[in-house]
Amino acid sequence: MPENYYIRYLPLVLHLVAALLIALPVLVLTTLIGRRKKFAQKMQAYECGITPTGDTRGRFSVKFYLVGMLFILFDVEAVFLYPWAIILKELKMFGFWEMLVYIGVVLVGFFYIVKKGAIDWGETARVSVENV
Amino acid sequence: MSLGLYLLVGFIKSFIIINVYLVVFAYTVWAERKVLGHIQNRWGPTKVGPFGLLQPIADGVKLLFKEDMTPPFVYQPIFTIAPVLALVMSLMSVAVIPIAPALHLFGYDIPMQVTDINIGLLFILGVTSIGVYGIALAGWSSNSKYAMLGGLRASAQMISYEASLGLSLIGVLIMSGSFSLQEIVHQQEGFFWGFIPNWNIFRGQFFGFFLYIIAAYAETNRVPFDLPEAESELGGGYHTEYSSMKWSMFFMAEYHNMITVACLATLLFLGGWSGPVIGPPILHTLLPLAWFCLKVAFFLFIYIWVRGTMPRFRYDQLMAFGWKVLLPLAILNVVVTAFFVAWFS
Repeated sequence: MPENYYIRYLPLVLHLVAALLIALPVLVLTTLIGRRKKFAQKMQAYECGITPTGDTRGRFSVKFYLVGMLFILFDVEAVFLYPWAIILKELKMFGFWEMLVYIGVVLVGFFYIVKKGAIDWGETARVSVENV
Repeated sequence: MSLGLYLLVGFIKSFIIINVYLVVFAYTVWAERKVLGHIQNRWGPTKVGPFGLLQPIADGVKLLFKEDMTPPFVYQPIFTIAPVLALVMSLMSVAVIPIAPALHLFGYDIPMQVTDINIGLLFILGVTSIGVYGIALAGWSSNSKYAMLGGLRASAQMISYEASLGLSLIGVLIMSGSFSLQEIVHQQEGFFWGFIPNWNIFRGQFFGFFLYIIAAYAETNRVPFDLPEAESELGGGYHTEYSSMKWSMFFMAEYHNMITVACLATLLFLGGWSGPVIGPPILHTLLPLAWFCLKVAFFLFIYIWVRGTMPRFRYDQLMAFGWKVLLPLAILNVVVTAFFVAWFS
């Protein structure tokens, strides 16, 4: 084991190279061998055998963006909790109460978004929109 | 050990572990077909080799010789890169997974993992998150409606359950006080009350274990959370327009992630390679490895069993369950674990 601790990260780069050495030849091989036969119907987008209609780049539910935003909030919460979890044994009860306040604040926000219907999909979502 | 030798050993270990993963992947697929067959009162693969054991090889060769079609309407650079990204990231996460205690060889201590970094768990979480990009980009670059919807669904599902996954692991982190997987396993050696193994699952993380397993099933897009490839409504989901080996790269990535999840569950909750070790010195080296493999195989079997048993969630149920049930329970687990650890330390 080399003296410098950060040398330990170098094998990860080599591991990436090894993984690419598996993935890239497979990618090249599969484009080289295998038959090729093109005809018009095959070149269409798959829509269960029916001629495709409309554009893919249409609008989709705003809920997906909302889920993305909420994910960032709660993942950041988890990231804040990681270093705290590691040293909790030294912080003892002080660390517990401090983090309880933080989790409480996040939970208030969580309660708000649940009541707002931000994570309701389908039937329940439609009902809540009508109520608004 | 000199730097060159160290890197060489690391590269050899990478090469071996990646190939082991590919073999385990192939035989997980075989086991899945076999077990599912028996669950459904049929035989599964039997024709290729004894017990159909050569079936994965036959499948691989078949897929390699299939036509690799790139439809004209896709955005080609990303369409090509997406499966590679998914596969490479699924292979990256194995680099920090220790499969046995360090090996004494030629006077050196060789850890049985590619590299022993002290943030192993964070590395795995980070790398598996990058794997989501492979799926999201595949769906987007396909420029096909089913693929687009499948990709959107998959990414929304994976990020929803990722928050719960991250929170469910905090209980273990509080107990062990380290991100290093080696360290976490070492803390689970021995027994308490004389006979119960000192594993995290028996030391108050029973609840956290189930939260982790549920979130991990959703992360790997497996039944009952396999919405992204709901074949009855989306015709395959994000890989609708993929064929040949590009398709099978997504398939491989999914199974590699399954194996990684099983390894992680073993390391974090079931004591890794710890288990009864007896007999001559050679067994002292091999038995821990055998225990580790046995526990991982058990998890993979549960995966298949669940697939043979459970129906699929509906999308609104999936989202409601992830956000309204799993996330609060994960936070509760963190608070309760933190209270007891802080009180008794």
